[in-house]
Amino acid sequence: MSDKIKIELKAVTKAFGSNRVLDELYLSVPEGKSLVVIGGSGTGKSVMIKCILGLIPPDSGSIMIDGAESTGQNHKIRAEFMKKFGMLFQGAALFDSLKIWENVAFGLIHGHGMCKKEAREIAIEKIKAVGLKEQVANLYPAELSGGMQKRVGLARAVAISPDIIFFDEPTTGLDPIMAEVINELIVEQVKGLGATALSITHDMGSVRKIADYVAMIHGGKIIWKGAVGDLDHSGNEYVDQFIHGRSDGPITRRLA
Amino acid sequence: MIQEAGNNIKTINSISLILDLFAYIGGSIFAFLSAVGRLANFTGRSVKHCFTPPFFPSQLLRQLIDIGYYSLPVVGMTTLFTGMVLALQSYTGFSRFNAEGAVAGVVVLSITRELAPVLAGLMVSGRVGAAIAAEIATMRVTEQIDALRTLSVNPFKYLIAPRVIAATLMLPILVLIGDIIGIFGGYLVGVYSLGFSSASFISQTWDMLEYMDVVSGLMKAAVFGFIVAIMGCYHGFNSARGAQGVGAATTNAVVSSSILILIFNYLLTQIFFS
Repeated sequence: MSDKIKIELKAVTKAFGSNRVLDELYLSVPEGKSLVVIGGSGTGKSVMIKCILGLIPPDSGSIMIDGAESTGQNHKIRAEFMKKFGMLFQGAALFDSLKIWENVAFGLIHGHGMCKKEAREIAIEKIKAVGLKEQVANLYPAELSGGMQKRVGLARAVAISPDIIFFDEPTTGLDPIMAEVINELIVEQVKGLGATALSITHDMGSVRKIADYVAMIHGGKIIWKGAVGDLDHSGNEYVDQFIHGRSDGPITRRLA
Repeated sequence: MIQEAGNNIKTINSISLILDLFAYIGGSIFAFLSAVGRLANFTGRSVKHCFTPPFFPSQLLRQLIDIGYYSLPVVGMTTLFTGMVLALQSYTGFSRFNAEGAVAGVVVLSITRELAPVLAGLMVSGRVGAAIAAEIATMRVTEQIDALRTLSVNPFKYLIAPRVIAATLMLPILVLIGDIIGIFGGYLVGVYSLGFSSASFISQTWDMLEYMDVVSGLMKAAVFGFIVAIMGCYHGFNSARGAQGVGAATTNAVVSSSILILIFNYLLTQIFFS
């Protein structure tokens, strides 16, 4: 793999009222690598990923995708950036009114102008690739379990063969076995596509499975970044407390 | 000395109270203007996306059926019984002045000009406006709208434009059918309950009816359909998180569209008939 930087955030700041969620955050993701951002609830992980996707505009700072500035661009240029992205949402975010194959084929048909027949074939291929039976294609999201919905969400995220895939808490709410299955599928799909992956999660099992690099966000900044192998001897007390789930340490949580 | 200090404190308290009142009034006016600005911006963007490609014909067809076809029973029942009640009530009133012959005219004018468009608008607001707000708010809460964006689809084009076009087109059709059913309701009561002859009721109805009576009602209906869709979409799209947010979006959509329908009904009547 090259050392080219695929995603680069420079001094990205985002506040909601007086709450400064991202505070001059710097982060870079090398091409073809999987970076996982860890951090407590409410530390700005989701806001960061939504800023990169263009769903929330940052207040200031720069977000570069493939060396090109993505913030403050018009809809046409933004749409071109979007075509590079795939996203697995925390709750899968499948469209209730559409069948499973239509959900998976949605980006191909509406985003890339592919004909329905061809898109359906690719959708069914992706549905099988995430371990679901072909018959599932004609069901509606409400007829599937949480784990199956996550698999469909993954199939939808990879259906357009994106350059960059984002995973928002991919294993939240799943039992340990299903979480492991989803992690394996993520690794398989990301490696298969040769894509760059940026994930956010609390699940340390997931981190160790899918990450090449890990970064920790706290107080709106990245306070540590390193290879996944360095996680257990990071020398950072915040990281140590987080990965071991200790209640005592520098990360204090106001309970009331 | 102590009394003077006490008086000063009272004066300061009074001034502070007045300033708080002004701050509250100013804050409310600012919040209102800000909400009007947001709504105007949303409406402008929605209208723009109704006329610019890409279009989603399958979504439009679905909305035409949902808003038009499935609202037909509600609108039909409402106008049928309104026409029937109108015939009964106007007969009771006019019989005091020996003017029973005006019943057919009152029914046809009231239904076509006012009752069919307004009642259909209000009923569709309750049925369709609430459903639009709830569906879009749920999509917002469950990140489906974000998912649309990540799949390179503009939610204004996919969600808002088909609903706005469908409601604006279908409400006049519903009102036209409601006109016919409402007048038929008046005819049923007039002929079978009040003893009018069928021929005279029909001829009085026909003589009284003018082209503009129906057209004005249909134009009102188009405006009301637009209002219902825009308010449903606006409140759904800007819904707060959680079940409470979805509930509030639904309530706000129905209440605001109902009030706007009544306000615009007055304004349009003033334009058409003053």
